[in-house]
Amino acid sequence: MNETMNEIFLGSAYFGAALTIGAFMFGRWLQKKTGFILFNPILVGLLICIAFLKIFNIDYEAYNQGGKYVSYFLNLATISLAILLYEQFEALKKNYLAILLGILSGVLTTGLTLLIFAIIFKFSHTEYVTLIPHAITTAMGMALAEQYEGYVSIAVAGIVVSGITGNVVAVPVCRLFRITEPVARGIGIGTASHALGTAKALEMGEIEGAMSGLSIAVAGLMTVITMALFAGLY
Amino acid sequence: MKYISQYLIILIIGFMSELLNAIIPAPIPTCIYGIVILFLLLFTGLLKLDAIKDAARFLIDVQPIMFVPAGVGLIVIWSEVKDSIIKYIIVCMVSTIIIMAVSGRVTQFIIRCTKKGGSSNE
Repeated sequence: MNETMNEIFLGSAYFGAALTIGAFMFGRWLQKKTGFILFNPILVGLLICIAFLKIFNIDYEAYNQGGKYVSYFLNLATISLAILLYEQFEALKKNYLAILLGILSGVLTTGLTLLIFAIIFKFSHTEYVTLIPHAITTAMGMALAEQYEGYVSIAVAGIVVSGITGNVVAVPVCRLFRITEPVARGIGIGTASHALGTAKALEMGEIEGAMSGLSIAVAGLMTVITMALFAGLY
Repeated sequence: MKYISQYLIILIIGFMSELLNAIIPAPIPTCIYGIVILFLLLFTGLLKLDAIKDAARFLIDVQPIMFVPAGVGLIVIWSEVKDSIIKYIIVCMVSTIIIMAVSGRVTQFIIRCTKKGGSSNE
């Protein structure tokens, strides 16, 4: 039974793609319907896919026959993010010193925090490099985890978890740490929690949203550099 | 056909970044080269935003779906990492809060310093 199931699915170039898109769209619908932040479409989508594969005893390999066609466009989509950076470049020119140093401080903090956690939890090097890029946008973080031979799937999950966390804690963190400048709020939120945080920043205000969006690209690019430094430390 | 010609430009940039990734011996992911190339092309005006805008926006819009297959890969390493998942989640959550507080405070500090400095308000 299991063998035949796998054979059918192994031969299909469409099954994995259809399951992926279907599961994601369901997650999107669920989030729209409930407005519940934990029902993130990526998270719901991957959990449904995993459950489906488990229940019907289908190998990842068989799933990925179709799934890989969904991921095929990933690098191209990530490259396209340059248009967002280009559009927000004007905003960077104003306050560029505060913005760049603010983001840099966040990116360095990420490395340091991870280093400390790695020592506390006795992480392996693989686990450590997987989690260093957890704060940046999924595309870049995933690519970095892959480049440094971390667990790519954990990197994706970690990035989504961080994004959801950022979205939820943005308002209380700004209040607790008395971050009142709209530019500073946006930079903090975007540097810590990429696009999911930016959604919250946009609700807080126009400047917050634009700054948060800008931080996504800049923090991602800075992390590419700091990662080279931090990966060698543990 | 509009989308196809725009897509072609993005494909060519994608190929150029693969070349750079192969030539340059640095741990930089392929897509990062692409972002830098595309940004420079737009910034220098060699490429007009209109020449790629629609295809690029479409790709950005649907990008979240593309992360799902990688995430499903969790199934392959599950037995290896299942005991540590809670740790990973805690690390990500706590670290996110710390990063937000630090980069927000540092940005605010510098903005206020330059404001007090007065004239250098570019």
